Amino acid sequence: MTTTTEGTELPFPGLRSGTELVPTNDQPQTGKEYTSSQEVRWCPGCGDYAVLKAVQGFLPQLGLRRENIVFVSGIGCSSRFPYYLDTYGMHSIHGRAPTIATGIATAREDLSVWVVTGDGDALSIGGNHLIHTLRRNVNMTILLFNNRIYGLTKGQYSPTSEPGKITKSTPMGSVDHPFNPVSLALGAEGSFVARTIDSDRKHLTEVLSAAAAHRGTSFVEIYQNCPIFNDGAFDAIKNPHTKADAIIPLVHGQAIRFGVDGAKGLVRDPEGGGVKVVEVGSGPGQAGEDALIVHDAHNPDPTTAFAISRLTDSGYLNQSPIGIFRQVDRPTYDDQARAQISTARDVAPGEPADRLAALIGGGDTWTVV
Amino acid sequence: MVTKQVKQLDRVIIRFAGDSGDGMQLTGDRFTQESAVFGNDLVTLPNFPAEIRAPQGTLPGVSSFQVHFADHDILTAGDAPDVLVAMNPAALRANLGDLPKGATIIVDTHDFTARNLTKAGYTSNPLEDESLGEFAVHPVNLTGMTVEAVKEFGLSRKDAARAKNMFALGLLSWMYGRPTESTIAFLEKRFAKVADIRDANVRAFNSGWNFGETTETFVVSYEIKPAPMAAGTYRNITGNLALSYGLVAAGVQSGLPVFLGSYPITPASDILHELSRHKAFGVTTLQAEDEIAGVGAAIGASFAGSLGVTTTSGPGVALKSEAIGLAVMTELPLLVIDVQRGGPSTGLPTKTEQADLLQAMFGRNGEAPVPIIAPQSPGDCFNAALEAARIAVTYRTPVMLLSDGYLANGSEPWRIPDVEDLPRIDPDFATGPNHPLESGESDFWPYLRDEETLARPWAVPGTPGLEHRIGGLEKGDGHGNISYDPANHDFMVRTRQAKVDRIADSLPPMTVDDPDGQAKVLVLGWGSTYGPIGAGVRRVRKAGYHVAQAHLRHLNPFPKDLGEILARYDKVLVPEMNLGQLSMLLRAKYLVDAVGYNHVRGLPLKAAELAEAIGELVAQAEDITVDLVSTGDSKEVSK
Repeated sequence: MTTTTEGTELPFPGLRSGTELVPTNDQPQTGKEYTSSQEVRWCPGCGDYAVLKAVQGFLPQLGLRRENIVFVSGIGCSSRFPYYLDTYGMHSIHGRAPTIATGIATAREDLSVWVVTGDGDALSIGGNHLIHTLRRNVNMTILLFNNRIYGLTKGQYSPTSEPGKITKSTPMGSVDHPFNPVSLALGAEGSFVARTIDSDRKHLTEVLSAAAAHRGTSFVEIYQNCPIFNDGAFDAIKNPHTKADAIIPLVHGQAIRFGVDGAKGLVRDPEGGGVKVVEVGSGPGQAGEDALIVHDAHNPDPTTAFAISRLTDSGYLNQSPIGIFRQVDRPTYDDQARAQISTARDVAPGEPADRLAALIGGGDTWTVV
Repeated sequence: MVTKQVKQLDRVIIRFAGDSGDGMQLTGDRFTQESAVFGNDLVTLPNFPAEIRAPQGTLPGVSSFQVHFADHDILTAGDAPDVLVAMNPAALRANLGDLPKGATIIVDTHDFTARNLTKAGYTSNPLEDESLGEFAVHPVNLTGMTVEAVKEFGLSRKDAARAKNMFALGLLSWMYGRPTESTIAFLEKRFAKVADIRDANVRAFNSGWNFGETTETFVVSYEIKPAPMAAGTYRNITGNLALSYGLVAAGVQSGLPVFLGSYPITPASDILHELSRHKAFGVTTLQAEDEIAGVGAAIGASFAGSLGVTTTSGPGVALKSEAIGLAVMTELPLLVIDVQRGGPSTGLPTKTEQADLLQAMFGRNGEAPVPIIAPQSPGDCFNAALEAARIAVTYRTPVMLLSDGYLANGSEPWRIPDVEDLPRIDPDFATGPNHPLESGESDFWPYLRDEETLARPWAVPGTPGLEHRIGGLEKGDGHGNISYDPANHDFMVRTRQAKVDRIADSLPPMTVDDPDGQAKVLVLGWGSTYGPIGAGVRRVRKAGYHVAQAHLRHLNPFPKDLGEILARYDKVLVPEMNLGQLSMLLRAKYLVDAVGYNHVRGLPLKAAELAEAIGELVAQAEDITVDLVSTGDSKEVSK
């Protein structure tokens, strides 16, 4: 088994692409063109470097005009991202990037809008904006760099840190219960919800491609290692010896199977109503291949996707589903808002100045001579 | 047929008061429209509780609408009503204290039951004891007559009784010779889909009129001639409507799509409602998840080349502060409309106040100067919105516009401007590189400034070659990359301040109203106190004393000649609906001994009381005795 989404058909036939109204570039582009003059200032070994490289390598493949791409971020280590890309960009304020991106995406159909955020930025101070952006389904791609720690403020626990975590602000261990970002996004009506890993460039790039191609809010959680304040948080899924058992790969149309030699798989759990991990085989307590759940990212009902998302450990990460949990077609806020304007314009022809005169001169009027 | 007498009056103040479900706002609004169409000058003051339906028949549930109309130009909704229409005991009791001796009271007797009297706190029926002896009381069974009049339409008793406000309106329309066509047309349109309700309301309205004409209860009707006004076409307009039209006009005059990001809040929500109806002008309205998202989306839209606007009241400004700071740092155009209400905290949501001036001025972290402008009357909100947009776009800066609850809901006749005469606003988008390199090529520097305005270029995504990053971190001068250099930070802080100060270069000189040039006292105000200040000044002048008046539209920066004007007068009185916020700014900037006149009652200042305060200061300044009572008319006077 691999951890990639290879073989998945994306974008799905019949669906509008997330970038379909963005002008394309007929000249080949390079990653260098997307690299700004600014020196990258993350800590050595930070997972952000890998994601930046992947994005700089991936953007030319999108074939869009560079001036029509906008990156917006909030505050945190990952939010420095826009400074390192030679596109339009805004490094905004803590937690508010989705609001600014909503304004940009709604005002302009011809822009490809990206949000770069972290677990503190998106899930703590900006939690409200994240869920409402997902609910509205504004056409943008949100990259949530989840390192499960506050890096920029030097090491406090975050809303994705494991319970009991000892940090500077929790010397006796954190008593906070963490969010599962994928569960949260699914619960917030997300139309595209995925998870990938900073160190798996191939999978990262494939998920990014699918996310960009999706019309609506694409939510991508990226597991990202912080070597300074939370090193090793994702070792189980990165270590070549353990990752086969730790990663549950989700590939649309394929049975969900993992472990060394595909020894494990997912089946429905009639008792709990969710899903559970079983050994694949014909022995006692094992499940046959035909009993395994075939991943259906396009299922309009998010119940199974949510059940799968619950297999993520909330404590130390020993097991996590990776891939596209859900991708469904749903009207976007910005398309509909623009359509209303266009409809209103169609029934109100004439020069704006004349229409303005008619507007302010309406109502009960009287004339003094 | 009773012989009716017609008396001439120059002005009348009527207050309609009832339960918040009695339709008093609608009644007042219709009476106002009739008066406007008739050609009177007028000013209105709606006053309603924050609760949508407070317990019926109680004092907190009383809603009222005051309209002042006259045959000459007037400036306020009037200090005290000449006529009170009270639909129940609570409405009578809540408003009685505001009535002068001899005022007329028209009471709907139907609701004067033991239960309702108790709810209003009456131990005996005021219609039957001597407590209303100083007033001309007309007890009329408005509800009973309404129910009788609309009997044939087969409505439930409750629905039939609901038309009583139209009966009252019909009666008052007769008393003051108001034209009725516009109200009948209004009712026919409003209830077009429910024939029986429509017919009942029209019938109640006409019955009220006929009752006035035939009853012996009212033997006098009144005539208030149209006021002379400058030639032009007029309409009656509230501040929130004028402000909405001003924003639409700003879009048309700049060619920019207007993008409103807003969260519902009293008393600003009507702007969101109104703008959401003007999509044909390319206006986008986003009802955001919270105040912060509203301003965030507006900033995003501005970055993308729209005219970003956010509308709110004081508590919302508090939430938006950090984002406004971001707009200061990124130097993007942004309009922040604060329709002020009583504070602090939730305060008095439906009442007016001017206590957000210092929040607008200083309510952000760091040195974050924001231009501030304020409209002075409901109709003036139109011009103020255009001026705010001019400054925001020209100087690439957030601009705070301070309206208030009184301007928002109050109304006045507004001379409809000619669109041709409206100012044009040039977005002047950056189109190409602006910074030559040694190699002979050029690149784009987002923080190179216009020499005159100090504005930076507005380079919109989609423009090739101008890709750039902005953000909240300190910018290096010119190139705009992150800079932690101490000297650069000092320079940029001073430059942002200098840019806002430069706006004063574009402002016209102030107008000082000092008719004979002999005044030693200047009354200086801002915002909605314009009306009461003008009315107070007129009283003082009518009594034969000298006083000068000036009003600030621009609160930051101040007009360049303000300091010189202040220095010309011995005393400066600054009336405000706060505890002295403009006074504090004037004292700090000009070392002037400004004297405050401050009330925070949730209501406009009263002209008569203000006149007394002006008189006292005139007495001190000129070392004379000032007597306004024996020489002056106790009512609002004309120029």
